Amino acid sequence: MKTLLILGAGTGGTMVANKMAQALDMQEWKIILVDKDENHYYQPGFLFIPFQIYSPSDVIKPKRDFFPQNVDFIYSDIELIEPEKNRVKLAKNNQVINYDHLVIATGSHIHPEETEGLLDGGGWQKNIFDFYTVDGATKLSNFLKYWKGGRMVLNVTEMPIKCPVAPLEFLFLADWFFTERGIRDKVEIVYATPLPGAFTKPRASSILGDFLEKKGISLLPDFNISEVDAGKNKIMSYDQKELDYDLLISVPTNMGAEVIERSNMGDELNFVPTHKNTLQTKKWENVWIIGDAGNVPASKAGSVAHFMLDVVIENILRAIEGLEPLPHFDGHANCFIESGFDKGILIDFNYDVEPLPGKYPLPGFGPFSLLQESAANHWGKMTFRWLYWNVLLKGGELPFESQMSMAGKWQ
Amino acid sequence: MSEKLVLENLEWDADGFMVDNSAWTEEIGSSIAGDLGITLTDRHWIVINFSRDVFNSDGDAPSLRKITKQTDVNTKELYALFPGGAAKIAAKIAGLPKPTGCI
Repeated sequence: MKTLLILGAGTGGTMVANKMAQALDMQEWKIILVDKDENHYYQPGFLFIPFQIYSPSDVIKPKRDFFPQNVDFIYSDIELIEPEKNRVKLAKNNQVINYDHLVIATGSHIHPEETEGLLDGGGWQKNIFDFYTVDGATKLSNFLKYWKGGRMVLNVTEMPIKCPVAPLEFLFLADWFFTERGIRDKVEIVYATPLPGAFTKPRASSILGDFLEKKGISLLPDFNISEVDAGKNKIMSYDQKELDYDLLISVPTNMGAEVIERSNMGDELNFVPTHKNTLQTKKWENVWIIGDAGNVPASKAGSVAHFMLDVVIENILRAIEGLEPLPHFDGHANCFIESGFDKGILIDFNYDVEPLPGKYPLPGFGPFSLLQESAANHWGKMTFRWLYWNVLLKGGELPFESQMSMAGKWQ
Repeated sequence: MSEKLVLENLEWDADGFMVDNSAWTEEIGSSIAGDLGITLTDRHWIVINFSRDVFNSDGDAPSLRKITKQTDVNTKELYALFPGGAAKIAAKIAGLPKPTGCI
């Protein structure tokens, strides 16, 4: 028997397990999936918890509901990956698994301890919150329910972060939420970001920057946070800028899994160096990446993991046949940006083409509008949760091509 | 040669980064820095040389975090050495393209 080992059973790992269970001859292959958590989290839903649109039960389901029957699942921490020896050591019973091909899908996680005073300054989960964990989002929800207003600062500590549009969505939803609660006039909303503008790509940055302005949200660009002074409710930047807050929403430093660091496989943020078009790791021919565990310069988002899926499956199957991997991953990302008041904006882009206005997925028709606000985009975002649980995780087909298309986009 | 003369015959992109990094010399680096009001010290050169090494092996200028993790220059010092956006300014002086760090 040969072994395909998948580390991490989140969005990427689960999709790979489902696809591979169909693609491989299971008389010849064994598929093993490892994860330390029994729950699957619908991470795009975390954003809605602070505003009481979703509750934790909307975003958590047992992982086992999404695994094919013929895949072995092991609940365990991963102790060490030894790519030179083609084996992985697990924490549980000191088990050692030898593999023929390895897929790393261990994702990225927030590390508030990387910023001085953020986690240990005394303000964490009092008037400083994250919304990238269920715990943080839920505690923030309780806080916002009774908040009387003041200055809310949303700060991104450093790039790259998972889902780079999430901070913007949080700001738009906050504007809507405080309006609904009748206290919008008592809340000042400020976005302090290390980026030079509202977003990472120029055209979208300018259009999304206009949305911020329209909604009365101030933008403080080029803000590289050095520390939080939780006693004085103040954040400071490396170039000596200071910003007072009453409520600080932090998007802390995002890093790859600690096992990547222990195994000496990652870069300075524990992301595994990966060929950006084949998804093969740079050092090991039988080690592959899906999702945000790698360092490819694409957005760290579920839609990207989905667009990576067909490429990584095809390339593993080719490698098994002794063929070279194909450079078919184009960095395609597709993000619904919730903009508040039951509207949304959609962006679609890849490594080479920045988000452009237009219609998607059917050129000229839509139903979704690119880089413009519409009710259909909001509807798309809300429907996506159903598609995610029922189609996407199980490796089903969505009506979107993996590779980005220029059709329907206006140059 | 004056700073102006050294820089005049080179090609620059819209953001003021050198187009052909192979044409870079230490003299050019000093001239770019002078243009930005920075006098280069040994500490600057640690960062500039490291950035060029990383670019030559990875094809990309290093992020701030990479510089601080792999040299003895910490983030506060880095901002003091290269005021106005440490990673960007260091790459500019080192004759490298704008860092692609953010996505």
